Amino acid sequence: MSAAQPGQLMRNAGVPGVHRLPVYRDQDGYTPLVNALKMTPADLIDLVDKAQVRGRGGAGFSMGRKWKFVPPRDKVDKPVYLAVNADEGEPGTFKDRWILENDPHSMLEGIAIAAWALQCHDAFIYIRGEFVKPIHIVQTAIQECYEAGIFGPRVMGKDFRLDVTVHVGAGAYICGEETGLLNSIEGKPGQPSLKPPFPAVEGLWGCPTIVQNVESLAVLPPLITLGVAEWLKLGDETHGGTKMYSISGHVKRAGVYDAPHDVSLRDLIYGEDYCQGIREGHTLKGVIPGGSSSPILTPDEIDVPMTFDALKGAGSMLGSAGTIVLDETTDMVAVATRVARFYAHESCGQCTPCREGSGWMHRILRNIQEGKGRASDLDLLLDIMGQIEGGRTICALADGTAWPLRAFVTKYREEFEAYIERGGPPPGATVSTS
Amino acid sequence: MALEFPPEALRELEQTRTRYPTARGAILPALWLAQKHFGYLSAEAMEYVATLLEVPAPQVYSAATFYTLYHKSPPAKCHIQLCTNVTCMVLGGYDLLHHAERRLGIRAGESTEDNGFRLEEVECLASCGTAPAMQVNDRYEECLTPAKIDAVLREFGLQIKAAEEGGEA
Repeated sequence: MSAAQPGQLMRNAGVPGVHRLPVYRDQDGYTPLVNALKMTPADLIDLVDKAQVRGRGGAGFSMGRKWKFVPPRDKVDKPVYLAVNADEGEPGTFKDRWILENDPHSMLEGIAIAAWALQCHDAFIYIRGEFVKPIHIVQTAIQECYEAGIFGPRVMGKDFRLDVTVHVGAGAYICGEETGLLNSIEGKPGQPSLKPPFPAVEGLWGCPTIVQNVESLAVLPPLITLGVAEWLKLGDETHGGTKMYSISGHVKRAGVYDAPHDVSLRDLIYGEDYCQGIREGHTLKGVIPGGSSSPILTPDEIDVPMTFDALKGAGSMLGSAGTIVLDETTDMVAVATRVARFYAHESCGQCTPCREGSGWMHRILRNIQEGKGRASDLDLLLDIMGQIEGGRTICALADGTAWPLRAFVTKYREEFEAYIERGGPPPGATVSTS
Repeated sequence: MALEFPPEALRELEQTRTRYPTARGAILPALWLAQKHFGYLSAEAMEYVATLLEVPAPQVYSAATFYTLYHKSPPAKCHIQLCTNVTCMVLGGYDLLHHAERRLGIRAGESTEDNGFRLEEVECLASCGTAPAMQVNDRYEECLTPAKIDAVLREFGLQIKAAEEGGEA
């Protein structure tokens, strides 16, 4: 964890017991909610829009803009739902877990603020089933909120009901996709649905539903406290506030860091306040900046601000901000094969390009890894990637496997070619049981 | 004897049921409850859930079979789910998996004959900052070493010669 000034998302880091309500309140907790409740829902939505809050689950979509998609209450008389995506499953990502375990009330307060803005009375927090300890912590915090009148029939004494329910997932990466998540809440297999209709218009049980990531909602209390102008100063004109980054791999000090949005990838890896460099005696070989769905960057590509727009410009993406740092001991063929296997496993199977393409790419890579690769395999892989991506599937998992694999195969092509020529791994390397 | 929830589970399910506008919405919570009280989701358990919620049984089956954390057979006393995704892999995850395989005498994806141990290779557990990591039943074990794995195995009754403990299996 950063020794530097904690940012806005991790402002309560190091406060013992802040996952419990009395301590959270001591840190001025729930004052932002009191202030938000004095605003009209319309003004609150405008504030969020002006603050350029970008969703932090992976897509970076404008939160205020999404909220404005909800049909006006005088036009559509259906309940509005809020679904919190705590299904953190993108490899390399563990920032939401930090919030759930260490500062759950910041998320719960964000839920209450969002619910008021959206005039939503029922929120579901979808937590992945593996997170047994975070689930208990969150349920305790929710209980505290009910007892304190923050949740329940009269939020903070206002004539406004809010019920918050934890919905425990049961093992499926694809439930992190918003429509997969909603289908799972409805009791179905978590297979994504076609968009449009978008959840904001037609989500849970056909009703307008806003899906937001844990960190996105945790933004709301500090945003209300600071106000839009100060919030934007912490970022830039395309997104405000500080941002949590999960950094792992071959660094000296892995962990969750809360940094200004435009911190550079180089700073995160080498900075004294961040990961303090590659592990002793090793050198950087590549970095996956935003979870396994993001294209890998080479050492000469790390002078890039860690923003949604800058990384997109660099041919990658911020995604879930799950940064994985890889040094020269890394076998890129092995990593690519393992990444391919992840997506092949997690494909829900609905769409032919993804179902067949993900498995096919994994088998080709495994063949290369096991010494059965052919010279034509790399071009075949690139061809398959082109066939499965770009809107041919119900959800973006196909793109999520094509993009990173393309980057591995093009940026580290000699390694793959060497495997094929050599007929297997370099001497001394162990082949993983993929 | 027919499977039945104890009264406190029925009350819990009733409470939960009120939070979902449809009975189907309560399927996942009900399956968790069934797994907690019956150990795993047998066909009988799934039919019981379907009857309780008054939903068609295939709706319960499709949910139970889609999700990997629902046990469809009696679970091992020690269920180890070790991550081998990117960060865990580059920090030695596969070496640790092989260590566990050798200690237990089984391959990943298998259970020991007495169902005392089940070893599985899983996807990212969101413990990348404390990798390598594994889930043991309901808890996480992180910053794994062969010694830590041995300690868990011993905790669940595996005999490991003291001279060998912590070393290469």
